[in-house]
Amino acid sequence: MKKLILALALGALVITPAVAQQTIKIANIVELSGPGTTSGTNFKDGVMLAIKEINAAGGILGKQIESTTNDTQSNPGVAKGLTQKAIDQEVFAVFGPVFSGSIMVSMAETRRAEVPNFTGGEAASITQQGNPYVFRTSFTQATAMPKIARYITDQAKVKTLALIYVNNDFGKGGREMLMKALDKSPTKIVADISTDSGQVDFSAAVLKAKQSNADALFVYTNEEESARALRELRKQGWTKPVIGETVLTSQKVIELAGDAANGAVAHVGLTIDAPLPAIRAFRAKFEKEYKYICDHNGLKGYSGVYALKAAIEKVGKLDRKAVAKAMHTLKVKAADQPGILMDVEFDANGDLDRDSFLTEVKNGKQVITATLPPLGKKK
Amino acid sequence: MADFFQLLFSGLATGSIYALAALGFTLLWQASGTINFAQGEFVMLPAFAMLAFASFGMPMPLSFFLTIVLAIAVLGWAFKRGIVDPLFRYGMMQIVVATIGLSIAMRNGVRLTGAEAHPFPSLFADRIYNIAGVTVTQSDIGTLVLAMLLVIGTQAFLARTITGRAMQAVAQNTESASVLGINVPRMIFYTFAINAILACAAALLVTPVYLAKFDMGESLGTKAFFAAVIGGFNNSRGALLGGLIVGVGENLAAAYVSAAYKDAVALALFMVVILFKPQGLLGRKEERKV
Repeated sequence: MKKLILALALGALVITPAVAQQTIKIANIVELSGPGTTSGTNFKDGVMLAIKEINAAGGILGKQIESTTNDTQSNPGVAKGLTQKAIDQEVFAVFGPVFSGSIMVSMAETRRAEVPNFTGGEAASITQQGNPYVFRTSFTQATAMPKIARYITDQAKVKTLALIYVNNDFGKGGREMLMKALDKSPTKIVADISTDSGQVDFSAAVLKAKQSNADALFVYTNEEESARALRELRKQGWTKPVIGETVLTSQKVIELAGDAANGAVAHVGLTIDAPLPAIRAFRAKFEKEYKYICDHNGLKGYSGVYALKAAIEKVGKLDRKAVAKAMHTLKVKAADQPGILMDVEFDANGDLDRDSFLTEVKNGKQVITATLPPLGKKK
Repeated sequence: MADFFQLLFSGLATGSIYALAALGFTLLWQASGTINFAQGEFVMLPAFAMLAFASFGMPMPLSFFLTIVLAIAVLGWAFKRGIVDPLFRYGMMQIVVATIGLSIAMRNGVRLTGAEAHPFPSLFADRIYNIAGVTVTQSDIGTLVLAMLLVIGTQAFLARTITGRAMQAVAQNTESASVLGINVPRMIFYTFAINAILACAAALLVTPVYLAKFDMGESLGTKAFFAAVIGGFNNSRGALLGGLIVGVGENLAAAYVSAAYKDAVALALFMVVILFKPQGLLGRKEERKV
């Protein structure tokens, strides 16, 4: 009997590699603890939901997806180590991390091993380093800012704009991209106001914006500072438009700013409140599976897996290099690949372009007021 | 000119918040000769305690009262017995290091429950007044007035009541005080208890603006320390003056110099005062036995 078990075990060892090739291995390397917990958990749950659906529908090219999940603790060093470990286990693709600081470090490993790596990070620099194996699941500031700039100039007809930004990597990156986008437009930035991360008193910043006599104000700071800026704007009687990107109309800002948030307008790349049947259906499925309402990171992870699926199907075989190459010109229509949620186009850098939304805070709720076309498409 | 007054008044409101936290520094120093570098966190913890009580459906006055009781027990009694008493005989430096450690532990302890900021209900109505082109909110005025009352009240308590005088006597000369029949340990405990109550009051006024967050005490504690030194470490009114100077100075610098140097203002004032008037603007020269 013992011999039989031994023989079976040996047999299993010999057979295992053959079995492994019958599945597509994906590694989730995400923030499940530390400051990135919310982002990482949403992203991972999105990925897992997509995998479950794809497997139930017969997999990709008839092969089932097998996934592993590891926690980066929101730490770039840990993310790098886990990515290396995933590569040693010969995964086909890596999903995560979500934090820009982590993917900047860990993507060197996937690049070396030529493994496609999908990230939720939004810093412009991630895709500016010529890494052919990194792909976004959301906009970068370099895509988002030109979109909101187009709105500022063409729709809101703003001639002079005051800018309040936060003096950290996020704020400075966004400021640079906005200035570049407005450079050749009729809109001029007449006040360029720097604020600190964690700043409490915005009276001087708002006063400077008022003194500039600008037609509108652009606020690009993190959640808490945005809320404080909105409160101070109301206090000092600012009645002109207040415009932002993603953060300004987010749920957290509305919660912290209260009534002062009403009227704020912002561009949002992905939102669970989008008036699209595909996103509504996704929201319902996600809530049923995980018992909470997902944020934009859940949408990123979910649609990212479907982008990978589309690329593999386009290539027709499980070849990482060919799939990465295919990703760089990939165009997916939601009609053909419903899981992608919205029509999307990837470019040679791994950045993506698609519809996005203009939102406004009305009665303490984020309301979608318009759908903005992809940047590549003429109005 | 209206702009200048706008900045001035906003600065006074922020400054009165610094003053409240600075008051804790001067109080502990005057009455027990200790410096507590966890003062900012002593404001942060009651804020979270009030939110926790409120989340069980308690009205704000009740949760404020319960928080005071809790604060006297934890930030007063336990802090004194657990950290200050055992370390006092080794000297000031040990207490300073221990309170810095305590502040890190408190910050990260709260961080475990979540790193996000929470809104906090304001004590005052959400009303805005426009006085000759200067807009002020009711909470700006309320904070300023209440902070002043608390500072003056504490000063009066220390100077005019028997208990207050006994507390000062203990701080000045423990041996003589006990010869005079003053219950020394009790007086020192009173100081810590008052400090805890003031921290709760500060939390109530500060948090609607700062938002309840694990690191809200960090900059507050530092600014308050600078304010206390600028105003005079051994004078409660000095804490008020120092806080207002730092708040107004910061705001004017942000508008007329550069926002980038805003946080340097407190530090620059601190250094000037240390160089030219080490006892602070309102402080007395103090001589202590080495």
